[in-house]
Amino acid sequence: MTELTSLTIAEARAKLSAKEITSVELTDAYIAAIEAANETINAYVDVTPEQAREMARASDARIAAGKAGPLEGIPLGIKDLFATEGVHTQACSHILDGFKPRYESTVTRNLWNDGAVMLGKLNMDEFAMGSSNESSYYGPVKNPWRAKGSNLDLVPGGSSGGSAAAVAAHLCAGATATDTGGSIRQPAAFTGTVGIKPTYGRCSRFGIVAFASSLDQAGPIARDVRDAAILLKSMASVDPKDTTSVDLPVPDYAASIGQSIKGMKIGIPKEYRVEGMPEEIEALWQQGIAWLKDAGAEIVDISLPHTQYALPAYYIVAPAEASSNLARYDGVRYGLRVDGKDIVDMYEKTRAAGFGREVKRRIMIGTYVLSAGYYDAYYLRAQKVRTLIKRDFELAFQAGVDAILTPATPSSAFGIADEDLAADPVKMYLNDIFTVTVNMAGLPGIAVPGGLDHKGLPLGLQLIGKPFEEETLFKTAHVIEQAAGRFTPAKWW
Amino acid sequence: MSIVDVRTPDPKRFIPGATGDWEVIIGMEVHAQVLSNSKLFSAASTEFGNAPNANVSLVDAAMPGMLPVINEECVRQAVRTGLGLKAKINHRSIFDRKNYFYPDLPQGYQISQYKDPIVGEGKIIISVGPDRQGQFEDVEIGIERLHLEQDAGKSMHDQHPSMSYVDLNRSGVALMEIVSKPDLRSSDEAKAYLTKLRSILRYLGTCDGNMDEGSMRADVNVSVRRPGEPFGTRCEIKNVNSIRFVGQAIEYEARRQIAIIEDGGVIDQETRLFDPNKGETRSMRSKEDAHDYRYFPDPDLLPLEFDDDFVEALKADLPELPDDKKERFVRDLGLSVYDASVLVSEKAIADYFEAVAEGRDGKIAANWVINDLLGALNKAGKTIEETPVSPAQLGGIIDLIKDGTISGKIAKDLFEILWNEGGDPAELVESRGMKQVTDTGAIEKAVDEIIAANPDQVEKAKAKPSLAGWFVGQVMKATGGKANPQAVQALVKSKLGIEE
Repeated sequence: MTELTSLTIAEARAKLSAKEITSVELTDAYIAAIEAANETINAYVDVTPEQAREMARASDARIAAGKAGPLEGIPLGIKDLFATEGVHTQACSHILDGFKPRYESTVTRNLWNDGAVMLGKLNMDEFAMGSSNESSYYGPVKNPWRAKGSNLDLVPGGSSGGSAAAVAAHLCAGATATDTGGSIRQPAAFTGTVGIKPTYGRCSRFGIVAFASSLDQAGPIARDVRDAAILLKSMASVDPKDTTSVDLPVPDYAASIGQSIKGMKIGIPKEYRVEGMPEEIEALWQQGIAWLKDAGAEIVDISLPHTQYALPAYYIVAPAEASSNLARYDGVRYGLRVDGKDIVDMYEKTRAAGFGREVKRRIMIGTYVLSAGYYDAYYLRAQKVRTLIKRDFELAFQAGVDAILTPATPSSAFGIADEDLAADPVKMYLNDIFTVTVNMAGLPGIAVPGGLDHKGLPLGLQLIGKPFEEETLFKTAHVIEQAAGRFTPAKWW
Repeated sequence: MSIVDVRTPDPKRFIPGATGDWEVIIGMEVHAQVLSNSKLFSAASTEFGNAPNANVSLVDAAMPGMLPVINEECVRQAVRTGLGLKAKINHRSIFDRKNYFYPDLPQGYQISQYKDPIVGEGKIIISVGPDRQGQFEDVEIGIERLHLEQDAGKSMHDQHPSMSYVDLNRSGVALMEIVSKPDLRSSDEAKAYLTKLRSILRYLGTCDGNMDEGSMRADVNVSVRRPGEPFGTRCEIKNVNSIRFVGQAIEYEARRQIAIIEDGGVIDQETRLFDPNKGETRSMRSKEDAHDYRYFPDPDLLPLEFDDDFVEALKADLPELPDDKKERFVRDLGLSVYDASVLVSEKAIADYFEAVAEGRDGKIAANWVINDLLGALNKAGKTIEETPVSPAQLGGIIDLIKDGTISGKIAKDLFEILWNEGGDPAELVESRGMKQVTDTGAIEKAVDEIIAANPDQVEKAKAKPSLAGWFVGQVMKATGGKANPQAVQALVKSKLGIEE
C-alpha cells in the first residue's frame, strides 16, 4: 500500500483539485497495487489498465480546465454484474463467457459522467448468489484480513466479495457493489469497510445483470462513511429505462456527515438476538448502543415480530425471480453454447455446463416454488410474509423510531472451503439473517465497522433507515465510525 | 371464473348426428396486434416487412441487464379497445411473466397479464344472417377480458439445411388478447363475431385487422353437447389466420367430436392445428404435455395504474363505432336497417358512403354505393380500398341526375365509363354527348312519330292507360336514352288523352 493508494476518495479529491497529485499518478499507483496483489487476492477478474490511464488523462485535462466532476480522476473497481461497454461483463459465470456488452449500466454511466476512472471488473459470487464469493467461476477471493497468528485464508463475504476485498486491500479507491439479501453489507462487515444498500429504487437497475429484480439494488463499498456518501451521490438517479427507479432528488449525502444525532430515536429490535449468536456479537451491539447513547440518541426497544420468517421467505422470492431472470441464458444469442443434437439438447447442455452448483440449486428451488400447485403455498405466502415484514418496519417508524441498530452479520469472516458450510447450504444462507429483512422491505441499510473480534477480525454494525432517508444512516454511521475508529488489514500478500 | 350459459338452444343451429341433434359451443381468443409505432416494452419499430432482425432493441433481444419500459400508447390502445367493447376498464392491472423456453422467445418468458388484465367483461353485438326470409338476427356475445402481452419472434426452418434462423422483428410487439365467453353456437356466429370484432378494431384504429399479415389471429375453443346439457370437453384450435378458415375449422372439429362421441368415445382435451389444405384439424399436444408456465408478477414492472381522467379523455376522443353509426344512418338519413348494416360493416365502406352522402340525399347515395359500387367491386373481386371510382366521382354522377343533366339510365353508363376509364363525370357527359334532351320540341317530334307509326297500340292504350309505358320506352329508345323521362311521360299521356 503506497501513500497514494492509502488516500480516501475525499482526501484524493482534495489533492487532485489542489493539483498536488494527478489522476494518472493515482491510477498508476492502483494499477501497480493490483498487479502486485491480484494473483493472491483475486479481487479483479479483468483489469483494464489502458482504459484506466486514458480516463485518468482525460480527468487530468478536465481538472486543468477547471471542469472537474465530483469524482474526477478517482479510480474505482466495478462489480462484474454491471454492464460496462466493451468490457468483461459476465456476472462471474461461465455461461456468459466472452460477453462484452455494447451498452453501459446507468450506475456506471453516472460514475463516468462524474469523472471516475475504471480500473477493471471485480470478482463476485456467480450471478450474485452466495455469501462467500466461492461460487464465482473465477475462483474465490481472499479476504485481506487474517486472524491473528493464522495463515488460514478467509472469505471476504459475498456476493460483492471482490468489491469489499479490493477496497480493504486498497486495490481501488472505492467500488460498486449490489445487494439482494446482504451482498453489500455482509462483505463490508467481513472486511472492515463501509457498505450501503440504498432504498430500492434509489439506483437504476438498468444494465445490472438481474438476480432477483424486486430485491436487487446497487450501492457502494468504501473505506469510510464519507466516501460511501460521495459514491452513492454519484451512483443514484432516477432512470427512464428502469421504471422501478424513483424520481426523488438525490441529496448531498456527504453534507449530512458530522451532523448531530442528538434526540434521534434508535430502535433495538429484540428479534435480532438470535439463538447461538456469539457473545462477541452481542457485546459489539451493546457497544454500538452505548456510542449512540453517548452521542445523544435515545435508545428504544422495538419489536419486529415477523423477522424469523424473513430468511425462509427470502429464499423463496429470490430464487423464484432468479429462475425466470436466468432463463435468457440459453446459448442462443450470447455467451457459452454447448452444441446438442437439437435445440432442447443444446439448452440442457449449455445450462448444465454454464451454471455453477449454487446457481443451479436456486434455479431449481425457484422453478419448484412457482410450479402449478405449489405457487400458493410458497411464492404467494412468501409475498404475504414480505408484506408483514414491511409492516413491522412501518409500525416501528410510525412510533417515532428514526433508525434501527443491529449487528450486520452473526459472525466474523470464516475460512475458504469451510467443510461445515459446504455440506449444508442452509448454514451459509444464515449469513444473511440480519440483512435480508432490509431487502424484503426495500429499506436502506448501511454496514459500518464496529471493532475487531478476539481473532482480530472486523465486525460490522448495521443501521436500517426509513425509505429514502439515507442521510440519517450516513450521519449515524459516522458517529459509530468516529467512536470505533477505522480498520485496515496488515499487508501479508 | 364460472362459466354461465347465456344462450337458449336454438334448433336452427343444431348439427344433426347419427343419434340425434348436437349443439356446438365456441369460445374465441383473438390475438390482435396493437397499432403503435413501437413495441410494448421497447422503442424498437413495429413496421411490417422489414429485413429480419432490423426491428430489434437490446430489450427485445433480452440482453443481460435490460429492463422493460411500458409503452403508454399501447396502454391507450388497449383502453380504447376496451371502451369499444363496452367493457370494464381496470384502473389497476398487473403484468406477469409466462415462463417457457423457445428460441424465438429471447427472455425465456413472455410478459403478459394473467390474473389482473387491463380490461374486464364487455360485449359485442353480432348480426347473423340473412336467413331465407332475408332477416338478420342480432346476438349479444360476452367478452370475458382483454389483456396486453408481448408477441414472440419467428423461427425460420427453411433457411439452412441443418440450422434454424430466428427473426426477432415481432418479438415484443404488443398484442391484445381478446377472450370471448363461450357464447357462440355456430360457425356462422363465430365468423360474424370475428368480422364484427375486426370491424370494431378498425373503427377504433387499434389494430389493422389484417389476418393475412398475422396482425389478427384466432384460437378457437370448440366443444359439442346434446342441446341443453352441460358443456362438453373442449379442444383448442390454435392460430387460425382467416375468417373463412375459422368457419371450416369449426365445422370440421364439431363433426369430428360428434363422430367420436357417437362411436362411444370421449373427447381428449387438447390443442389442435387447422390444416387449410386438407380442411381438417389435427392434434398438436395433449393436456398432459401442456406447459407449466409458472406465472408470477413481473418484478421489473410496477402495477399498471391510471385514473378516471385518463379513461375519460380517451372516451371523449373515441370514434363513432359501427353500431352507433348504423343507428344514426337509420335515424338521420332514413336508411333501412339492412342498408345501414351493409354500409357500416367495414369502416372503409362507411367512410366512402359518408363522403358520397355529404350534402346529398342519403338514400340515393346508399343505393348507388350498395347496388352499383359494391356490386361492381364484388363482381370484380376488388375491395373498397381498390375502387376505381372515387366518392367524388360517384357524387358527381348523383349530382348530374339531380340537376336533370342526365337520366338514371345514362348515369349507369356513366358509372361504367368512370369504372373503366376514369375521368370527370361532368366533362364526360359533355364530351360524349350524354346530356339529357329537355328540348320539348325534339321530344314532341319523337312522340308524334311513334304514335303515328303504331295506331294499334294507341287504341289499346286508350283502353288500358298503363300501356303508356310502352310508348315512353319506344321514345327513350329512339332518342338514345337522352330524353328526359318525365317530359316523355307527360307528353305521351297528353297526346294519348290519358288522365294523369
